[in-house]
Amino acid sequence: MKTVEELNKIRAEKRIELDLRKNTKADTREKHILVCQGTGCTSSKSPQILENFKRIIKEKGIENVRVIKTGCFGLCAKGPIVIIRPEDTFYAMVTPDDCEEIIQSHIIEGKVVERLLCKDIDGTKVTRLDDLTFYKKQKRIALKNCGVINPEDIDEYIAFDGYRALARVLIEMTPDEVIETIDKSGLRGRGGAGFPTGKKWRATKDAKGDKKYVVCNADEGDPGAFMDRSILEGDPHAVLEAMEIAGFAVGAEKGYIYVRAEYPIAVQRLKIAIEQARNYGILGKNILGTDFNFDIEIRLGAGAFVCGEETALLESIEGRRGQPRVKPPYPAQSGLWGCPTLINNVETYANVAQIILKGADWYSSIGTATSKGTKVFALGGNVNNVGLVEVPMGTTLREIVFDIGGGIPNGREFKAAQTGGPSGGCIPKEHLDTPIDYESLKEIGSMMGSGGLIVMDDTKCMVCLAKFYLEFTVSESCGKCTPCRIGTKRMLEILEKLCSGEGTEYDIYRLEKLAVNIKKSSICGLGQSAPNPVISTLKYFREEFRQHAIEKECKTMECKALAKIEIDPDKCKACGLCQRNCPVNAIEGEGREVRHINQDKCIKCTTCIRACPFHAIG
Amino acid sequence: MAIKFNVLDIEYKGERTEHKIDDKSPSIVRDFNKCILCRRCVATCKNVQKIGAIDCIERGFESCISTTYDHSLNDVNCTFCGQCIESCPTGALHEKENINDVWAKLKDPDTYVVVQTAPSIRVALGEEFGMEIGTNVTGKMVSALKRLGFDKVFDTNTGADFTIMEEATEFVKRFKENDHLPMTTSCCPGWVRFAEMEYPENLPHLSSCKSPHQMFGAIIKSYYAEKNNIDPKNIYVVSVMPCIAKKYERQREEMKENGLWDVDSVITTRELARMIKQANIEFDKLEDETFDNPMGEATGAAAIFGVTGGVMEAALRTAYELITGEELKKLEFEDVRGTKGLKKATVQIGDKEIKVAVAHGLGNARKVMEDIKNGTADYSFVEVMACPGGCIMGGGQPIKNSKIRMTVDVAGKRAAAMYSIDERSTIRKSHENPILKQIYKEYLGNPGDHKAHELLHTHYTPMEEYRI
Repeated sequence: MKTVEELNKIRAEKRIELDLRKNTKADTREKHILVCQGTGCTSSKSPQILENFKRIIKEKGIENVRVIKTGCFGLCAKGPIVIIRPEDTFYAMVTPDDCEEIIQSHIIEGKVVERLLCKDIDGTKVTRLDDLTFYKKQKRIALKNCGVINPEDIDEYIAFDGYRALARVLIEMTPDEVIETIDKSGLRGRGGAGFPTGKKWRATKDAKGDKKYVVCNADEGDPGAFMDRSILEGDPHAVLEAMEIAGFAVGAEKGYIYVRAEYPIAVQRLKIAIEQARNYGILGKNILGTDFNFDIEIRLGAGAFVCGEETALLESIEGRRGQPRVKPPYPAQSGLWGCPTLINNVETYANVAQIILKGADWYSSIGTATSKGTKVFALGGNVNNVGLVEVPMGTTLREIVFDIGGGIPNGREFKAAQTGGPSGGCIPKEHLDTPIDYESLKEIGSMMGSGGLIVMDDTKCMVCLAKFYLEFTVSESCGKCTPCRIGTKRMLEILEKLCSGEGTEYDIYRLEKLAVNIKKSSICGLGQSAPNPVISTLKYFREEFRQHAIEKECKTMECKALAKIEIDPDKCKACGLCQRNCPVNAIEGEGREVRHINQDKCIKCTTCIRACPFHAIG
Repeated sequence: MAIKFNVLDIEYKGERTEHKIDDKSPSIVRDFNKCILCRRCVATCKNVQKIGAIDCIERGFESCISTTYDHSLNDVNCTFCGQCIESCPTGALHEKENINDVWAKLKDPDTYVVVQTAPSIRVALGEEFGMEIGTNVTGKMVSALKRLGFDKVFDTNTGADFTIMEEATEFVKRFKENDHLPMTTSCCPGWVRFAEMEYPENLPHLSSCKSPHQMFGAIIKSYYAEKNNIDPKNIYVVSVMPCIAKKYERQREEMKENGLWDVDSVITTRELARMIKQANIEFDKLEDETFDNPMGEATGAAAIFGVTGGVMEAALRTAYELITGEELKKLEFEDVRGTKGLKKATVQIGDKEIKVAVAHGLGNARKVMEDIKNGTADYSFVEVMACPGGCIMGGGQPIKNSKIRMTVDVAGKRAAAMYSIDERSTIRKSHENPILKQIYKEYLGNPGDHKAHELLHTHYTPMEEYRI
């Protein structure tokens, strides 16, 4: 492809063909069956669903129906998901065996398969995706193409304005104008720290150096986070386009995408996308007939959490052990092989093209005073709608958990939400109405992080939670600096002591002191933020720590050593079920006697609690 | 230090990592139970010596400094230069101690224990007893050695004079025949090991001369033994060296003559200091004494062997007179002195211009090897020392903490002391050493002749970098 006209031509032609993807009233006889091929759905046999659809359509000789693989729709809890366009029918939890029925009933007879429709929070069955409460409060910018286009077909990306921003930048704008636009939009780094993206671009452009690099950080490592993964799987070209725009803006001709090898689908799709873009002349020499050259290479990470830290990531790209460098100098001054390097996160890049196309004012009109645009969250834990959500900044936690997330399952209570993964903190009930943005989260002791959002109900022990995250940081610490290498280990040991009932009040004091010291003295972000889960749980759940240390009790019974299981004599009906289920014969009492647990024998397996039909045990 | 920082109690006790001690190599012991992961050794090995034998392995709490696949240092690309030891602040890296072997032999009345001391020991040993850096303690050192009970105290400098005779002769011959030029020196065992592992194709460029202490050991066990009617089997030669690679060199199979090692034990400057302290000798109060004769006579040329450029300078003094037959007026070759990593100079000898180079530090040695490999070496004689600064900064020398290393020019001070020994010497050219003349005349024949070759030369074998 040598000119923008050629690009426009593909867009015009393809857009008509794909109009039905976004327009429910599209004037077409065609139907597209979209099958999610994200990681979650893939592991629930969605590739087989895709194959079955294709086979059945071929066998029955049906015309005008296409089966398309797409990226993640977001409602992963209800996967595998199939959507039929243009009518936008949303089928949830589809199995390969359901394909026959969907084709027969929906495609041939024109009747919606009621059985496979998705239930909304209120229990009503919803036909259309847009009608689900899950989607109503969302605003999709970074995820705009996820679930709409086939990520392995560059034409589909171009049809929905793909590479139009790049064309505009190359033909109509100067690098300074590009940076100005990004700066004005208020876009901030989506990797976690929230550094203003425009400033970073400016610093890289202004840095002296013959050679510069653009790097995409796709080393997503927070437990429970899959935002970047979904973007790469659903819309890889958006990242490529943004990296090219960034390359033009800062004066780089080479880009690296550092992605974890544990994301095979994302890697595969990136490879296909890069290949297609090269074939189209959108990547490589003289892009779109201009004198701008840019190429992108993929580098696979071996799965070290610390490689998500930008300088450790650069070390890893250079072929060395992934260990952070001391900052300054920042990568913008001295990054890859000592050259000025721009490094942004996947989600940050996913916003760029749209900002260029729709303008900085449009973008900055979304969100709060200091945090603009939207944020993608990977919603997980004790919440009904586990999945991927994108909301405008300023949405409250309550809206995300209860409206979009559909509340807490099994009638339990909300206890806390964890944002920012091992670097973040816990947000308790009283802060549910905090509008989510970089500053407010920081103020309440957590952080935005890359977007993992884990909801916990009242069965979760906060000491255990802190211990879980410390276990993670201990095993992911690179070992370079002492506070992180040994300090986090000592913190973990204290937490283990508390959980096993051997802790004292002095241990809580020691824990806190150590946490503060590690924060102050570690080299990189990993160590500086590693104590956050402890600090924030101590801030909001100190009483629970105290119970573990002084009263030797864990109310949630997660800490086995501290769990006290007792039978409420008022509720016990002497049915004997608990007794029959107890594996160690710890329950005493005969006949019509109220049963009683011998604490010396009890191993706290909680089998009796589950066995009791009268909820008398707890 | 604990008191200085008011650490009287460990508030955070907990699990500690346990590591096996690696003492397989003849030179270095690694005890990572003492390591604090400061990585100065890694930086030294990787950035200064450009070897990279050690780096961090595992991660987080488990991380430790080790070699490729956690093998012994003995089996990987380590050259035993010992610079890592010099940089280690905790003693997690140290030389393999041979003190007890030496004590045992000293106590044995049937063993004739001879000690020889390397040129650079005398300018550093005093530091271990609180003296100024660069103090020349030759007399006190000899006196201490005699008090420790050595039967004879000889000077490796005499050996160094032998090396110059042999090396200069070899060079003149090879220069005339244009045989594998440039020729490189071979007195540094770290350098030899480096060449054998990483540049086996360049081995013919190395001089076949043994290092001074090996030559000297061989002479002691042959000429000296014969002359004094001592059974060489009963002679035990101890070398005090600034170097830990010498411990490895000593036990190389080529370093044996008639089933006897040339040298039986090598101890470092630090080990000698420890022995003196163990014997409760008040070093600073000792009267100066002189080396035993006849093997204690040495020249100024030999004295500067331990500093970078010194071997080259000594060799040039002899080569000049060997080639031209005229007396060299100005003995100092300033161009080969100094701290520059790779020094080059052109020397006018008679009608010939000889280009020479001096490299110190293995990083610079690598440049020389690459030049030779690529055929771009524009010099015909190279001196190489593995340690930056030469033997005065060897891996067996007194350890200076980082603050001193940053603020004081340790190498400069030790080097200045060596040059002043040279200046004060009456004989400053190796071939004028009377004892050498005598031994060549009575025993060895001419330099490079059959007998000399047998005793004073060696050969090299290519070695796999990783023997695992």
